[in-house]
Amino acid sequence: MAGEAHSENGLAFHPLQQFEIHPLFGDGPISWYTLTNATLWMALATLGIIAVFVFGSQARAMVPGRMQSLGEMAYDFVHNMVEDVAGHDGAKYFPLVMTLFLFILFVNLLGLLPASFTPTSHIAVTAILGFGVFIFVTVLGFAKHGIGFLGLFWMKDAPLILRPIIAVIEVISYFVRPVSHSIRLAGNIMAGHAVIKVFAAFAPMILISAIGLLVTPVSILAIVAIYALEVLVAFIQAYVFTILTCVYLKDALHPGH
Amino acid sequence: MELEAAAALGKFIGAGLAAIGSGAAAIGVGNVAGNFLAGALRNPSASASQTATLFIGLAFAEALGIFAFLVALLLMFAV
Repeated sequence: MAGEAHSENGLAFHPLQQFEIHPLFGDGPISWYTLTNATLWMALATLGIIAVFVFGSQARAMVPGRMQSLGEMAYDFVHNMVEDVAGHDGAKYFPLVMTLFLFILFVNLLGLLPASFTPTSHIAVTAILGFGVFIFVTVLGFAKHGIGFLGLFWMKDAPLILRPIIAVIEVISYFVRPVSHSIRLAGNIMAGHAVIKVFAAFAPMILISAIGLLVTPVSILAIVAIYALEVLVAFIQAYVFTILTCVYLKDALHPGH
Repeated sequence: MELEAAAALGKFIGAGLAAIGSGAAAIGVGNVAGNFLAGALRNPSASASQTATLFIGLAFAEALGIFAFLVALLLMFAV
């Protein structure tokens, strides 16, 4: 889904060109060890997480300073979420959930800097996260409950006639989970950034026409509004990914309704 | 009309039609948020425990609108 470099019938700007991956040094082919802008921004997000959580909390003060209290707030937030949703025995999977939450949050927020790149706007990255969670949760369910894990699909509260049909529907919706999990994150981030790019490309384009002086400031104000929405979306999408991971974890640990 | 022009016409019209799905998603998201508000104003002490469910509901409704936007983008730029 790269933006084409040629201009087709009437398209003069390419809002999807910002999602292209290119290597950092030189223009060679991209293999799995090439340093690209995607790896750069993922590394920057990791360094940011380390800066806030490791170096910010090094003082280990009883009354926390600013960075430490940021870290503590994030820790409490995710820990309460895991315990509330996945139950007390879900708390031992807290490191995984916290890693997912912090990685997605920092990558989304860093992607809002101008001229940056958001790795989670690519289905490739979010599909690994989403399918990784799905495979982990399924393997965990079978490891803990054996074949009893299939009780997840067998509704005890439904009349006996309907149970096979509901079981088929439940299996289908179980397998749709990783697809929707990954597309939700990638689609939200990509859509937001593409809309910002559309307004940004539109503002100078309209300036050559008669009403340009009126419309260009409106377009720039729209960029500000959409940018604020994108900051909110960055938080909300990280939160939603994490809480759905906790819900799937709860389904694995306590199958059956 | 030649094939490429007809294909481009179809692409543009299809992308415009797919964007109607975003309007449907707006109705859905507003539905979820409005029902939460109505319940929260009746029972404020119970609303704090359901904010998680609110966000999950919002995410599900919005994701389907994103799928419609994805179809529009695919038609415009990837077909």
